[in-house]
Amino acid sequence: MQRMVTLDGNEAAATIAHLTNEVIAIYPITPASPMGEHADEWSAQGRKNLWGTVPTIVEMQSEGGAAGAIHGALQSGALTTSFTASQGLLLMLPNMYKIAGELTPMVLHVAARSLAAQALSIFCDHADVMAARATGFSLLCAGSVQEVADMALIAQAATLEGRIPILHFFDGFRTSHEISKVLLPERKVVRSMISDQLVQAHRLRALNPEHPVVRGTSQNPDVYFQARESVNPYYQQMPVVVQAAMNRFAELTGRHYHLFDYVGAADAERLIIMMGSGADAAHETVEHLIARGEKVGLVKVRLFRPFDATALLAALPATARRIAVLDRTKEPGADGEPLYKDVVTAIVQSYSSSQSRFDVLPRIIGGRYGLSSKEFTPGMVKAVFDELDAEQFKNSFTIGIHDDVTHTSLEWDAHFRVDAAQGVNCALFYGLGSDGTVSANKNTIKIIGEDTDLYAQGYFVYDSKKAGAVTVSHLRFGPTPIRSSYLIGDDEAQFVGCHQTIFLERYDILDKAAPGAVFLLNTAAAPERAWETLPHRMQQQVIDKQVRFFVIDAYQVAQNAGMGRRINTIMQTCHFAISGLLPREQAIEAIKRAAEKTYGKKGPKIVDLNFRAIDAALANLHEVKTPQQATSAFERPPVVAANAPQFVQNVTARMMAGSGDALPVSLLPADGTWPTATTRWEKRNIALEIPVWDEQLCIHCGKCPFVCPHGTIRSKVFNPETAGPIPPTFRHVAVKGKEFPAGAHIVYQVAPEDCTGCGLCVDICPVKDKANPGRRALNMSPQPPLREQERQNWDFFLTLPEFDRREVHTSVMKNAMLLQPLFEFSSACAGCGETPYLRLASQLFGDRMVVANATGCSSIYGGNLPTTPWAQDAQGRGPAWNNSLFEDNAEFGLGMRIAVDKQQEYAHELLKSLAPQIGEELVQELINTDQSDEAGLHQQREHVAALHERLRQIDRPEAQQLAALADVLVRRSVWIVGGDGWAYDIGFGGLDHVLASGRNVNILVLDTEVYSNTGGQTSKATPRGAVAKFSAGGKPTAKKDLAMIAMAYNNVYVAHVAYGAKDVQTLKAFMEAESYPGVSLIIAYSPCTAWGTDMLHNHEMQDRAVRSGHWPLFRFDPRRAAEHENPLQLDSKEPSIAYREFVSQETRFNMLWRSHPEAAERFLAQAQRHARSSFHHYRQLADLSYAEPSENKPEKAKE
Amino acid sequence: MDLRTAYLGLELKNPLVPSASPLSRSLDMAKRLEDAGAAALVMYSLFEEELMHDRDFMDSYLQNQAIGHAEATTFLPSLGDMPSKNERYLEQLQRLKGVLEIPVVASLNGVTPSGWVTHGKALQDAGADALELNVYYIACDIEHSGAEVEQRYIDTLAELRQHVTIPIAMKLSPQFSSVANMVKRLEQAGANGVSLFNRFYQPDIDIDSLRVTSQLHLSTSAESLLAMRWIAILFGRVNLSLAVTGGIHTADDAIKLLLAGADVVHLCSALLMHGPKQISKILDGLQQWLDDSPYESVEQLKGVLSQLHSGNPAVFARTNYVQMLDSYTLDSSSWR
Repeated sequence: MQRMVTLDGNEAAATIAHLTNEVIAIYPITPASPMGEHADEWSAQGRKNLWGTVPTIVEMQSEGGAAGAIHGALQSGALTTSFTASQGLLLMLPNMYKIAGELTPMVLHVAARSLAAQALSIFCDHADVMAARATGFSLLCAGSVQEVADMALIAQAATLEGRIPILHFFDGFRTSHEISKVLLPERKVVRSMISDQLVQAHRLRALNPEHPVVRGTSQNPDVYFQARESVNPYYQQMPVVVQAAMNRFAELTGRHYHLFDYVGAADAERLIIMMGSGADAAHETVEHLIARGEKVGLVKVRLFRPFDATALLAALPATARRIAVLDRTKEPGADGEPLYKDVVTAIVQSYSSSQSRFDVLPRIIGGRYGLSSKEFTPGMVKAVFDELDAEQFKNSFTIGIHDDVTHTSLEWDAHFRVDAAQGVNCALFYGLGSDGTVSANKNTIKIIGEDTDLYAQGYFVYDSKKAGAVTVSHLRFGPTPIRSSYLIGDDEAQFVGCHQTIFLERYDILDKAAPGAVFLLNTAAAPERAWETLPHRMQQQVIDKQVRFFVIDAYQVAQNAGMGRRINTIMQTCHFAISGLLPREQAIEAIKRAAEKTYGKKGPKIVDLNFRAIDAALANLHEVKTPQQATSAFERPPVVAANAPQFVQNVTARMMAGSGDALPVSLLPADGTWPTATTRWEKRNIALEIPVWDEQLCIHCGKCPFVCPHGTIRSKVFNPETAGPIPPTFRHVAVKGKEFPAGAHIVYQVAPEDCTGCGLCVDICPVKDKANPGRRALNMSPQPPLREQERQNWDFFLTLPEFDRREVHTSVMKNAMLLQPLFEFSSACAGCGETPYLRLASQLFGDRMVVANATGCSSIYGGNLPTTPWAQDAQGRGPAWNNSLFEDNAEFGLGMRIAVDKQQEYAHELLKSLAPQIGEELVQELINTDQSDEAGLHQQREHVAALHERLRQIDRPEAQQLAALADVLVRRSVWIVGGDGWAYDIGFGGLDHVLASGRNVNILVLDTEVYSNTGGQTSKATPRGAVAKFSAGGKPTAKKDLAMIAMAYNNVYVAHVAYGAKDVQTLKAFMEAESYPGVSLIIAYSPCTAWGTDMLHNHEMQDRAVRSGHWPLFRFDPRRAAEHENPLQLDSKEPSIAYREFVSQETRFNMLWRSHPEAAERFLAQAQRHARSSFHHYRQLADLSYAEPSENKPEKAKE
Repeated sequence: MDLRTAYLGLELKNPLVPSASPLSRSLDMAKRLEDAGAAALVMYSLFEEELMHDRDFMDSYLQNQAIGHAEATTFLPSLGDMPSKNERYLEQLQRLKGVLEIPVVASLNGVTPSGWVTHGKALQDAGADALELNVYYIACDIEHSGAEVEQRYIDTLAELRQHVTIPIAMKLSPQFSSVANMVKRLEQAGANGVSLFNRFYQPDIDIDSLRVTSQLHLSTSAESLLAMRWIAILFGRVNLSLAVTGGIHTADDAIKLLLAGADVVHLCSALLMHGPKQISKILDGLQQWLDDSPYESVEQLKGVLSQLHSGNPAVFARTNYVQMLDSYTLDSSSWR
């Protein structure tokens, strides 16, 4: 009735949810999105639920929308569910009160995640769940992947019976994304747990005009209170119902849960009470301590609401004297966190009653742990037990951090290890997000999980980058179920794989290697040279820990085997061959069988390639003979350059090195304010090849800096006479163009250590060497040999003065690209289609720009620590940036505008009232200077400087007020930036309101046509027929025409741009939008990795989108109407290629021909028609005459 | 009147056979073709490029799915057990066999004698009554001789022959130095029939956009005349079945080709333009013509005007070339 499977928590929850529901309303949010994705895929594949029908999946515009849809579906009698986390759960709260208030059975599955406060975090704690504890939902917690599968089902059964909706939660990432070998309850078990009678009862309560009722009434002071109390019996009964479901489940599966599960000594004196995945670490620790005679115990809380104090007390041994209650949340200002307070109340109430369980009131302390997935290890559990043993102990303590401000933290022994670690094989892999290491490791777990009796666990840690993301895979294998809900620690890994040599200079890879471990390095160095490539410290570790050192040149092997740059199978094979996890022969056979299983259906050739790669891997794997002494003369280079600012040295650099966990509280800003311009200190060297400029061929068109997604190729015009000593390999050439001073030179320089190697600059280069058409004015060349030389050139380039902004003709691409990018080296994907627009805005307006950024890719590559890309110019000016939420960004930006306008107004009032002191002339200048161009802005800045000067001499309170506001006298450029998920869906209501506001804001929609950041889910910007997550069967409806909606306001500037199709149009649109004194909306076509297509084709994709009519280019400028000209200008021509040609080149579309060919053809025909008719419609609008109706010469005069 | 004909060893109720076209992608359309009188159906082609492309797509899709970030461990939905192009083709073949009474000829289209022709076996197992092998090969390589091109056809056929026992028809282009000899060699290599001729879709240049374009132009009746000559030349000189494809729009077109010696005529453009009813129209026309003619059956009609039987063999050769040229005068209006 159960089968062993390896899956993660999300899949476990989704499996039960899909099987036991018929309507599923979803919305993407990390880390819960995969639950919705699974459900959507399964329904698209026709997978049926318990009652033989395929559940309907509906994606909503926000979690608020999903909650509304759920409420409606429940009220109409459907078995309904959803999945969410964090801010998503917050958006559901209003409906949750309703759903619970109406006693409606449902299960909401939550992958618990931190809430955005001083910063957003995608990682785990229980802040979101705790915010829902007053809604009336039951809160049921699962602490492991096995428990997710079990609790999901128990919740479904219990809610139907008890009528109280259940929020079933588990720890985001740690449980939602941990892959584990578990027993999955089969259909039969599920069938036995779910009572059809109760399902019928639910249906009968539905709104039905055949026997109508009314719900959702408005109640008054006379009855509301009583009615609120009327539900008490249900809540009193609910714990009994849940326990009954747990008991029934135990009969079916043998796994018996209780509302509170106790682990530990029967006569335990010291206890920990907690819930979630951390309880498994505590479980291991308790067992370890008991084995050493310690009287300790652990209570795992399963049902947190309704809180059954009696059940809790029954679970506690009467011998308990000291209790620590651990909360994975923080409630600032409270005198304890929620679980702690509930436990205190329960115990104290019991003690003060006549039937106390305790002779002496136990002392109870509360502590916080694990916020934002902070590690929670046995060492920390031990520290908590030790604290309970101390004479004096801290209440409201923290464990897992170093709090040197309010001294809440407990110290712990990082080297403490529990018995459970014995007999477990730990393996650690350092890879890139792009080299497939994680997927290979997931595959490994499946192989081991399914081919052997071993239990397996996999957890994957990613850094916050998109391009060149570093992944560390933590794998455990052991003979018994693995409870270690924490990362592999120092000296624990029996196997360490390093899949990229660049990591040798960035991380202390062998810190985690156990004595006698196997170390596998993918390196181009020959086996006999490999030893020399290790830093001295690492060599010493190899010797001290007697590590066996293996190397393979996996890239070479992959290339020879016809696998291109795919090394994952090769590295996986090596792991199998030398880890000793399985006998070598058996291991290789298993891996081949897995390849056959994965690829067999997809083509024997792919299987063949994999087989060849597997064999070649074995043939090219070498053990390196390690000397007795460390011989290397180098150590890891410093993380940041010596001239980096203090804060970067002290804080940022440590985070970059992966030791942010050790930073004490005092070093971190309390209000979330961080310095900008820090990406420039993080030299990641992720490009394999970088562009090399051929100054002889170059025509100085400026296209390469224009398309560069990372701002790594730049141009400057400078005077070589006054530039100082020019490095010998620095290339420059006399600039063409009369607008430049005589003798001026131009340089196009790449930042070699920041470039991602995407190749788009070469792709756009219009120059071809006539003698050798393959050669352009930019050509890619391997980075390592150029690194040192180009680093010097780049440093020299930075010393060259910026061209005077007042002299730059921004309407010409070449000249505009002389402006310094103030958005640089972001962590966006290589070839990102969004960032060129941001970089462009930062060049044109960055020194007076404030940015309101919706949550999404742009807020992650724009604001994810340790380093951020919004930069500063030589004067220290640059974009000031903030991300509020996902749903409120338009409003957030509008608030900024309103504040600036208000302050400007007030500043003008102060100027006028202080005019006698300041001087009338300066006041008039400050109020009236035309700031429409760079010259005017420059002048105004000088006026403001003069104002400051004078204000210092005026001893009046108004002068101080004005001094604080004077900066707003320089024209501010307010930018509201976000993706299509924000603009078309979750933020549309607010966006619409801002469009109608008439305020001077610039809205930039980076339209990737999917929710990119969360992994490519459908938005209303997704084109018809595109396959995206949540539209596994192809999106059946057309893309929303946001531009048309905005144009309907008539006073909104609207531009539809695609920089790779027509760059000058994009440039013009940005200039016009910013200069327009009202709302401007730029909808920017942004090809995305999520489309499944190599981003090297970014520009072609844009071009095809425009030429097929999918993405017409136009600008709608209301100012033109006032001049009696049509405000709409079409900038692209009639569709010139078939829509089929556009879609056939992109995986997001053409995969539908493989999965649903009939639907694909149907959507294509519809989309083709739509593209043509929509273009036709735009053409008609653009052709309308706006000429003033002539009064004197009516119709007749026409001839 | 007896309209029956034999083609590839199959007995057909008449000589009208819809050729490979998108029409056979729809079961409903296939059924309508049968109801309109089609004697057999050639399925749309399974292209070698499609199979390769399918593999490459899968390869890059799987690779793409293996990359990601913390929030996006993949970017596209997983497709579950998505059938390959080949599997879909087999499924469609089985479905067609399920609903149609008439023979179904599966069509393979490719240019290399490599492993892909092994799919022929699967097509045979799935119930194909015969295979058409369409070698649509443009000899772009200037180093590639005519002999090598011909050998490619022979090799590809030979490879396929090894895998299947059902009849094979070779669909050929007219671009051979010696079409007749080529047909003879194919017969020796195991072909059961030939289908003349493949149309090469021609690229075009858009002088406004300065782009090379390609557009599908449907055939015209005039195009069948090229095939008619070669059918007439081949009739009686080879033993394999002769089919004509390209340019058959009317009953007249069909009758001419039968007179030249064709066993069947393939219809495509005519059906794409006018739908299945065009088959009944042509059949009616054929029937009527036969009624008015001295012939009692299609078999009798076949090859009556072939080179072998026409009584004037030169008419299919070069002889009246000069007269033809002389007879052509320019439209005087063009001199204006």
